[in-house]
Amino acid sequence: MNGIIDLSAFRVVLAYLFVIIVLVIVRLRGINREKEIVISSLRMTLQLILTGYILVYVFRYPNPFITGGIIFLMEAFSVYTIFKKFKGKLSASLKKVVVISMSIGTLSCLLYFLLVVVRITPWYNPQYFVPIAGMLIGNSMTGISLGIKSLIEGMTTQKALVEEALILGATPQVATRSIINSTFDAAILPTIQSMVGMGIVFLPGMMTGQILSGTSPTTAIAYQIAIMFGILGAVALTVIIMLQLGYRTFFNKEDQLEDQLYKV
Amino acid sequence: MFEFYDVKYKDVLDLPKLEIKQEEITTFIGASGSGKTTILRMLNKLISPTQGRIIFNGTDLRQINSVAHRRTVSMLSQSPAIFDGSIRDNLNVGLRFQERELARDKDLNHILEQVKLNKPLEASANTLSGGEKQRLALGRILLLNSKVYLLDEPSSALDDETEEMIIQMLTEHVKREKKTIVMVTHSKAIAEKYSDTIIEISKGRCLTWRCNDERNN
Ligand SMILES: Nc1ncnc2c1ncn2[C@@H]1O[C@H](COP(=O)(O)OP(=O)(O)OP(=O)(O)O)[C@@H](O)[C@H]1O
Ligand SMILES: [Mg+2]
Repeated sequence: MNGIIDLSAFRVVLAYLFVIIVLVIVRLRGINREKEIVISSLRMTLQLILTGYILVYVFRYPNPFITGGIIFLMEAFSVYTIFKKFKGKLSASLKKVVVISMSIGTLSCLLYFLLVVVRITPWYNPQYFVPIAGMLIGNSMTGISLGIKSLIEGMTTQKALVEEALILGATPQVATRSIINSTFDAAILPTIQSMVGMGIVFLPGMMTGQILSGTSPTTAIAYQIAIMFGILGAVALTVIIMLQLGYRTFFNKEDQLEDQLYKV
Repeated sequence: MFEFYDVKYKDVLDLPKLEIKQEEITTFIGASGSGKTTILRMLNKLISPTQGRIIFNGTDLRQINSVAHRRTVSMLSQSPAIFDGSIRDNLNVGLRFQERELARDKDLNHILEQVKLNKPLEASANTLSGGEKQRLALGRILLLNSKVYLLDEPSSALDDETEEMIIQMLTEHVKREKKTIVMVTHSKAIAEKYSDTIIEISKGRCLTWRCNDERNN
């Protein structure tokens, strides 16, 4: 920790000036968002303070079970967020697919990244596990959200074409191929685009944090490059697993389209 | 070829007994909403009866793989969807879906002639008129060369003259190749003139069932 200026609580409060500016603008323009802005600012503050103290404890007493528990909570929360986002629109089987794809996709990439690429010691070192799991799971969650949205939309708007393909003797897999491909595209596009602007348009959050805390920019860059590939891999893998299992949930065992594509 | 035993579909259909014979032209007639399309969709295994069973050539349809069945029994749906692309793409689409070898242009043009569609293969399929799309969809399933055709109002968007020509071509083709047609039509005249058996459906039930014996004699 060489050379980083410690931000005292008082000076963090000064940063709340930004929130006040936004509130004033919103009030003057008559946009009805004050409540949300205040609530989400306070919520973020509380969540981060709490997380900070928990992490201090977790890093001081590394323990494989605690690390595992935190990863589990992250997964559970991301799955819960996805379910909430599509309130009621997901069938029970599609929900199961979300759980399977999120856990297999992110965990395999996480373990590969930490144990093969970075080679952390001890293997459960929470200082690496927790932040990197956060990035992989968070980005995969966004990817799955985009993917599910596009999949449901595709299956709804193109239902007639899918059914026509079935009538003409296509397997469900062939009948949904174009929907699946465009869904995959929609889900990983943001990740690909964020790689393009990286380092020129903006310095990514993780790198910024490392540089601020005194890490040499070249080390920070090495990490950033590796983590971006990790994120790309995790997003692609979760979305692919979700699609490979997910399209089937729109069909029954008899290869017939389910009457209701998703619950209303 | 198809036998129905106590078949029900939700509260839409109730058919205690029904038989469709091989190498015949069987026509369903009946008011709108009576359940004709639903019957064809069951024959294609696009939906399954909620009760009862359908026997296809001696085997319960439930025991037959759906995709394989749909490749044996080709259906022209009531409002067939047209895919993006050219007329050639749309004719070939069934073969592509069934992972079969695509047809050569010579054969495609022959099919277009049969369905009286005088358009180049490169033309976009989306700009065709309703009746032209219907004939394109008919051509696309004729290309599959199946033993059984299920046709849901194959001539509903056509003028009388074209309708007559198309149905004439279909019946001749089927009789020559010893194939089977199950079709739905709104036109009593067409039903009387070309069918071996006419089945009238009313409110999901089989109302009358008659064989055109005098025509066969
Ligand atoms: N999946 C379904 N679930 C419940 N009811 C359905 C379903 N599909 C069709 N129906 C109903 O069954 C009835 C018969 O529909 P069907 O399409 O078979 O009629 P049809 O005889 O082909 O009519 P038309 O001549 O207008 O094409 C209609 O009232 C329709 O609303
Ligand atoms: Mg109908």
